[in-house]
Amino acid sequence: MDMQVAKKKLGLKERYAVMTRGLDWTPSYQKMEDIYPYMQYEGIKIHDWDKWEDPFRLTMDAYWKYQAEKERKLYAIIDAFNQNNGHLNVTDARYVNTVKLFISGISPLEYVAHRGFAHAGRAFPGPGPRVACLMQSLDEIRHAQTQVHSISNYNKYYNGMHDFHHMHDRVWFLSVPKSFFDDAITAGPFEFMVSIGFSFEYVLTNLLFVPFVSGAAYNGDMGTMTFGFSAQSDEARHMTLGLEVIKFILEQDPANVPIVQRWIDKWTWRGYRVLTLVAMMMDYMLPKRTMSWKEAWEVYFEENGGALFKDLARYGITMPKCAEQIALEKDHLSHQAWSTFYNYAAAANFHTWMPDEDEMAWLSRKYPESFDKHYRPRYEFWREQAAKGNRFYNKTLPMLCQTCQIPMLFTEPGDPTKICYREVDYKGDKYHFCSDHCKEIFEHEPEKYVQSWLPVHQIYQGNCFPEGTDPTVEGFDPLAAVLKYYNLEFGRDNLDFDISEDKKNFAEWRGQATKNA
Amino acid sequence: MSTVFLALQTNEETRPIIEAILQDNPGAVVDEQPAMVKINAERELIVRRETIEEITGNDYDLQSMQVNMITMSGNLDQTDDEIRLFWKA
Repeated sequence: MDMQVAKKKLGLKERYAVMTRGLDWTPSYQKMEDIYPYMQYEGIKIHDWDKWEDPFRLTMDAYWKYQAEKERKLYAIIDAFNQNNGHLNVTDARYVNTVKLFISGISPLEYVAHRGFAHAGRAFPGPGPRVACLMQSLDEIRHAQTQVHSISNYNKYYNGMHDFHHMHDRVWFLSVPKSFFDDAITAGPFEFMVSIGFSFEYVLTNLLFVPFVSGAAYNGDMGTMTFGFSAQSDEARHMTLGLEVIKFILEQDPANVPIVQRWIDKWTWRGYRVLTLVAMMMDYMLPKRTMSWKEAWEVYFEENGGALFKDLARYGITMPKCAEQIALEKDHLSHQAWSTFYNYAAAANFHTWMPDEDEMAWLSRKYPESFDKHYRPRYEFWREQAAKGNRFYNKTLPMLCQTCQIPMLFTEPGDPTKICYREVDYKGDKYHFCSDHCKEIFEHEPEKYVQSWLPVHQIYQGNCFPEGTDPTVEGFDPLAAVLKYYNLEFGRDNLDFDISEDKKNFAEWRGQATKNA
Repeated sequence: MSTVFLALQTNEETRPIIEAILQDNPGAVVDEQPAMVKINAERELIVRRETIEEITGNDYDLQSMQVNMITMSGNLDQTDDEIRLFWKA
């Protein structure tokens, strides 16, 4: 008689391997390099794609199950938030300007990330990264959609968000995040994975999402907070993908190490420059602040990043060299950025304001080395001027850095009284940079960065007016034409918070919510 | 210092998970934030399915933890029985 042996249930690792591996084949009538044309040109050497380990071991059935659950929960909360006029629960209407920054600056990047991961997934021959990239591509379009859905309720009541995608592609400061992702998706698939999967989604992600989402939580914005937490559960998978990519590439061949190091250096710096907007948001735009930019950097990069790079040291990877300059800028970044936006508030799709006494006291406490010495005096002066009716909105356009596209507002490392200027002559033209790091990025790939679509240059070349505009007519106002091109309504979407429709409406509606007519 | 951390949403589903983590990881430290609980540990943090099931009295699908995960730090290894966060250095 035969003994029936009970089949042993496969463990998670084995189940995952059975469901996702051994399903590919070696092509017999097309060459590998024709099917996967991007695998050689970056110089990265991969010998064994099977060495890719997927930490979350998520099969598609599990993916759909958990994502569906997240969607059900999220949309129930969005409905409740909308039905309850949740927007009236925020600390004060200045907070809404962080949401405007988010939808016009960040949400379009989610869509581009979706495209980028779809392309990367197609470009890699190994099944491991292909599946991981596919899932991340789906996650990113989910993020784009859920952000738009969450924030659409704010759009019903507040200004500046009505054409966020159009603005993302045109508005001067929005070219900063836009060009960051354009740089990534026009790089090869390996660089894309290191730039976005690793540098952005692992090293720097906490510096983008924790501030915005904690900011939402601290300021009564349930809608954004809920979206944030829902997306973050996807981000945990993205983080593991990023870390796995790095380990996999570095373990495949020692020749990969210097290439990857250069990418880590470049993308940590580029990512940090984009985070200028977050630094300013944390220190100036949240009525109820969570922590200072300086504190966030110390926890999420210096501490956590420190542990990460210690772990990667065994491959020969070192902490990106820009970490030194970033540490020097910690005390200055947010203040220099906010001062710039206060100057240029006529051309932005969100409002600005001067911090009040309590807020300045907080800033003094958080920045004892720099705030009272360098920045309080200018804010007190501007407050005085505004009170006298001399509020000045700068109409002269700033020089932008060719690489990061931010106005040249940054100061020399170690000297906050001197603007940092660098320049390079290349094929008969002069290019300008905010720092040594941006200059080096240009010098390594000049043919790429000479193509930067710099908003200020484009405006001065006459490329940022609505179709059919005649700039030669008497009394032509170029900046007014640019704002039309942006689809930004003067006096409604821009200028100071104190004179805004947002402020007036919020006060009226909140009043209505607590009084009987 | 090589800190690993796990951040979970604050809700009724994560309450027993956090309890289990503190039980199984003696050095772990809880950091409560609005709507979020962050748990830090030195070099390694383990989440055990068995411990969670003991606490709740119900079966627990460890993979479902990611629905409530916010962020993490460290390498991740996952089986049916445990999720491990660790640094090798």
